[in-house]
Amino acid sequence: MKIGAGPGRPWPGRRHLRSLGAGIAAFVLLILLWEGYKLIGSPDGFSLHDVRLLPRADDDSMPHVWQVVQRFSEPEISAAGSSSVLVAVLKAAWFSFRISVAGWLGGVLVGVLLAVLMQRFRTAQDALLPYIIVSQTVPLVAIAPVIVGWGGQLAVFGQPWQPWMSVAVISGYLAFFPVAVGMLRGLNSPQPAQLGLMHSYAASWWQTLVRLRLPASVGYLVPALRLAAAASVIGTIVAEISTGTRGGIGRLIIEYAQSATGDPARPWTAIVGAAGLGLVVAALVSLLDVGLSRFNPAGAR
Amino acid sequence: MSTQVQMPTVAAVALRAVDKTFGAGGSKQAAAVTALTGIDLKVAPGEFVSLIGPSGCGKSTLMRLVADLEQPSAGTIEVFGKTAHQARLDQDYGIAFQAAGLLPWRTVRANIELPLEVHGVGRPERRARAEELLEMVGLADFAGHRPDQLSGGMQQRVAIARALAERPRLLLMDEPFGALDEMTRERMQDELVDLSAQTGCAVIFVTHSIPEAVYLSNRVVVMSPRPGRVSAIVPIALGERTEGTREDTTFFAAVTAVREALRAPDRQGVEPR
Repeated sequence: MKIGAGPGRPWPGRRHLRSLGAGIAAFVLLILLWEGYKLIGSPDGFSLHDVRLLPRADDDSMPHVWQVVQRFSEPEISAAGSSSVLVAVLKAAWFSFRISVAGWLGGVLVGVLLAVLMQRFRTAQDALLPYIIVSQTVPLVAIAPVIVGWGGQLAVFGQPWQPWMSVAVISGYLAFFPVAVGMLRGLNSPQPAQLGLMHSYAASWWQTLVRLRLPASVGYLVPALRLAAAASVIGTIVAEISTGTRGGIGRLIIEYAQSATGDPARPWTAIVGAAGLGLVVAALVSLLDVGLSRFNPAGAR
Repeated sequence: MSTQVQMPTVAAVALRAVDKTFGAGGSKQAAAVTALTGIDLKVAPGEFVSLIGPSGCGKSTLMRLVADLEQPSAGTIEVFGKTAHQARLDQDYGIAFQAAGLLPWRTVRANIELPLEVHGVGRPERRARAEELLEMVGLADFAGHRPDQLSGGMQQRVAIARALAERPRLLLMDEPFGALDEMTRERMQDELVDLSAQTGCAVIFVTHSIPEAVYLSNRVVVMSPRPGRVSAIVPIALGERTEGTREDTTFFAAVTAVREALRAPDRQGVEPR
């Protein structure tokens, strides 16, 4: 008999280290492209029959990378005692981060429950799935005022509705979709032989769910969680803007953009902050992936 | 229904006038496909019976009916004197498919423990039974491995051990060695002969391979397609299987008998295959 002990699985951290290196390389490349274009591009951009095809490369439109970095350390406003832009951006990002996490958690919970319901009852799937798909075609800007309006009439555990809750709901509204769809596919992924086995054991629906369907769905769930994380960050930023909620990075992007003419580097600090927020959330979900890799045949290899 | 004491041995499996039609009951009667018709078959306790026939003859369906994974359209199915449904609830049979169907996130041991876990057997007892079965199929050293670290034959052994976990008196096997290479296949056949002797299990074994059916069985049930039915039952008398059995003239004679039964033009319309 052939010896079945396969070669030791490579250290899982190595793969993550390599992707981290690639990420840093891409970031450096982006900076080089930016500065390279500034070097060779025309300050008026490039136009063909009055249609501008390439952006202006002047310092007002595309400030140098180091100007943006420098702007972080300077005071936010000229008044005495003002804290630096970095602090303002970090505060706003932290505010938005917490809302994103709340929206993500709510979205994941709702998505998983919907998927389980749809797996259990064929009728539920036929009835719900079209609406779940349609839900994502409704523009956020349209539902934001509705949710703010409804929220205003609600109280949660005796506490009045907070503006950030509306933002979290909208964020979750975007986040639940990939989870519901991915999880449903995952729950239906076990082989017929595996399902036949569970049936032959006279296993209940619940036992089949816990011992077979849920573990089998992890490989589908992890990418869905990642998509949900991206969606929840975008949802938070857009919802902050469309509901006019103060304190978050979405609001900061709008505020800083208004000062672009006099202070061209400032809007970019908020944009960098938003991008950083997205990276942090994505990294946290990757940690989940490592924890679940036992169930994920793709992740274990 | 008929569990009188007067019968000394209740048949392991008894099928009477079983029909199976797929797609019936709906409004579109034209779409109904008759998979099995008029099946009468008895399997004695401890007996090894193979079902053989061309693709589409319903041999897997027949096994799935016994397993209560499908419902017959007509006729009765009894497993140890009970309905197939009750036999499934009582875990009277173990089952193995062509796809080993191991859960990749569980170790070999945990895979074997799965049916016991579902039935609420305590951890120490589960573990002891798993060790015992691993020993029996010769995989004691691989208890902590994951299925994807095992070869196809080893995975199938785990599946067989899992099927035996509840000490069933009947083993249902649907082409379990179909995906294995010839060498591994013959070794697995030898092991299965030993296992069924050791456990006293009755076995219903679905296969495409004539030599396999002959080597393993006490009786080979030959089936013909469209609609699936039993066209012949070939008794095999090879005595104890030994190294020489596969080269024995009686073995070849039995293979020929089954082959001829498969070819016999007893069907109403001979269809091109």
